Amino acid sequence: MSTQTFSEELEVENVTQTGDQLVEGLSADSPEAAHRASEERASVSKPRGEAAESPSANDNRLGTLDALEAEAIHIIREVVAEFERPALLFSGGKDSVVMLHLATKAFWPGKVPFPVLHVDTGHNFPEVIDFRDRTVERLGLKLVVGSVQEFIDRGELQERADGTRNPLQTVPLLDAIQKNKFDAVFGGGRRDEDKARAKERILSLRDEFGQWDPRNQRPELWNLYNGRHTVGQHVRAFPISNWTELDIWRYIERENIELPGLYYAHEREVFRRDGMWRAVGEVSLPNPGEEVITKLVRYRTVGDMSCTGAVESDAADVAAVVVEVAASTLTERGATRADDRISEAAMEDRKKDGYF
Amino acid sequence: MSTALASATLFRFATAGSVDDGKSTLVGRLLHDSKAILADTLDAVARTSADRGFGGEKGGLDLALLTDGLRAEREQGITIDVAYRYFATDRRSFILADCPGHVQYTKNTVTGASTADAVVVLIDARKGVLEQTRRHLSVLHLLRVPHVVVAVNKVDLVDFSESVFRDIEADIRRVSKELGIGTAPDHADVLVIPVSALDGDNVVDRSPRMPWYQGPPLLEVLETLPAADELEDEHEAFRFPVQLAVRPQGALAPDAVARGLDVEAYRDYRAYAGQVAEGTVTVGDSVVVLSPGHEPRTTTVTGIDFAGTSLQTAFAPQSVALRLADEIDIARGDTIAAAGTVGESSADLYGSVAWLSSKPLREGARVFVKHGTQTVKAIVRTVSGKLDLDSFEVQPTTGLELNDIGEVQIRLAAELPLEPYAKHRRTGAFLVIDPADGNTLAAGMVKEHPGDSEDERYWI
Repeated sequence: MSTQTFSEELEVENVTQTGDQLVEGLSADSPEAAHRASEERASVSKPRGEAAESPSANDNRLGTLDALEAEAIHIIREVVAEFERPALLFSGGKDSVVMLHLATKAFWPGKVPFPVLHVDTGHNFPEVIDFRDRTVERLGLKLVVGSVQEFIDRGELQERADGTRNPLQTVPLLDAIQKNKFDAVFGGGRRDEDKARAKERILSLRDEFGQWDPRNQRPELWNLYNGRHTVGQHVRAFPISNWTELDIWRYIERENIELPGLYYAHEREVFRRDGMWRAVGEVSLPNPGEEVITKLVRYRTVGDMSCTGAVESDAADVAAVVVEVAASTLTERGATRADDRISEAAMEDRKKDGYF
Repeated sequence: MSTALASATLFRFATAGSVDDGKSTLVGRLLHDSKAILADTLDAVARTSADRGFGGEKGGLDLALLTDGLRAEREQGITIDVAYRYFATDRRSFILADCPGHVQYTKNTVTGASTADAVVVLIDARKGVLEQTRRHLSVLHLLRVPHVVVAVNKVDLVDFSESVFRDIEADIRRVSKELGIGTAPDHADVLVIPVSALDGDNVVDRSPRMPWYQGPPLLEVLETLPAADELEDEHEAFRFPVQLAVRPQGALAPDAVARGLDVEAYRDYRAYAGQVAEGTVTVGDSVVVLSPGHEPRTTTVTGIDFAGTSLQTAFAPQSVALRLADEIDIARGDTIAAAGTVGESSADLYGSVAWLSSKPLREGARVFVKHGTQTVKAIVRTVSGKLDLDSFEVQPTTGLELNDIGEVQIRLAAELPLEPYAKHRRTGAFLVIDPADGNTLAAGMVKEHPGDSEDERYWI
């Protein structure tokens, strides 16, 4: 199609070449992890002979993580089978990393058959951008970047008074979706994150303006997902809708999934603002009177540097984080996101506008 | 938050109730008392409760605020859409579909019940079994929800009276019997529990205020009921709707190759990806491939792959990829099934539908039917009846409106391996989709084929 060729010329993207350089550290889908996972499954499923001889109700039961994984892989495959141009929102944050890991499992031994899309606020943590690029290279993916900075430079977006750029991601996101003709976009949203997200469907229709209409959603029945849409509409797909923060961390631990280092305890220069520890950086400077100190911290969510706070933590590895999250008395967004504190309906309002 | 064990299993349940029966409060209570609500969320609820003067001078938490997520819901004090909630105990991780009772109750209840292992139906102890309770039970029966738990709420407002509870319990038993809930072959059961959601009686802990009630509290019931898969696995034959073929043809995952995947060995790799819908499959099993327009083709399972691991056996609801002995043309929408367990495919679909659209159904409507991973064109030939939810009788009709449940005969553009929903909750379900805007019009459940079509009048 000629229109498609035209649009591909317009793509805002960085195509990364697959290099021969190996990523160091813990690989996301190492044989060890696969073996361990299979052993865990073996412990619930009995070999053929035994199961056939003594059928019992508890032989074939998946644990929570296996059940959630099976559901997510089913959803990812459904979307790939039913849509022409899917893409996966990849920020380098833990939820999108888990989602991408699930995609590699869904299509093994083939390549993940869609590009990843990142909306770069220009305020991202440099180590997260670095992690993003290494992951894309390791998996041989195409990366499409939508840049908030470019929209600001062109005068199409205005910097907010509070300096937060998370709410500014919507326009570049919708622009990238339109220019690339993506008809389905995978998001790592989870229903336990927020009251508005709790009402989100697994396949969620967006109108031609990218808007979500929470009062007029399609019923979602059994595991029969209806992705039909008309020209101009697109669908957001949330394969990890039913995972909780703790499920995500347990899965990261079980599968040995690599994450950006800032999810684990490290020393960092921070200052106190709005009851959160903010990192000191080029785009995140303390105001007069805000004292800069060095603290042992980690991040529970990784968003824009200008609105994501760190929590004090000595959880230096994934096992320690699992323990910490299980014992936490604050939600991850409540603890670390200034943008969700704007109003009780902050997330709902942003989602209606096309945010993810 | 509970530190549930990683080995805990998943249990999905839904709540259904009528207006003002305290459903949001019960859900809030379950989340609160099982410590699934974190401090900042609770602070926000406390602030809003105080702002609105909840509980008068006594104060207190309006636990309904925990679940009413949309601005309009909080403003109007009602629940509009199905909301999903998560909490865990040491035994289970729960997914709760909280279904509002007043607007579009059929749509919401059908949605929540379609995936549920159990549904909790709320009744106000002061009002007893209402018309809407009968409707809820009727819908749950149609959807073949394995367990129905009736929570008789607000027992504090009837002075914890045993006789009031027993009368309601007897009513529920009578209605359930009328409906056929709890009778073979479906294994649904009905449990009735007296609760006070406001104060937490019999929700998480046994209430000392109702010594006459000897049963377990609600949470304990939810922790111990067998999930649908546990009930179904035993007697169901293997069914596997094919989602897609995995054929990398050289486009192998670079990370797998970098870690030593044998490129030559995988050059001609071909496997069929899907989620086991029912039953179990083992390497070496004889299977049939059912494709529209083909005779069933028999072959053997030579491998079950999952992300680099070879499995000996796979069972519902695992997502895997199957390798087969013979090179057969297999596409998305085909079904792989245990040999010798499938009936003939058919293009005549007899079913019950819950009509979920404001666009009414008329005979002759052209629609899409989605069944498993297959979507086909279809024509609704007849609308043969509409279920009267009050009398449970089927009334003659030629059309269905929003929230109606009716019986239809649909002519499909291709023959599909249809199986009765009463016995196959996963492979007996279908969607009716509007070809114009792609919206889901109805939830469908395949009925037994009545043999030779008695009615060819509507042949188009």
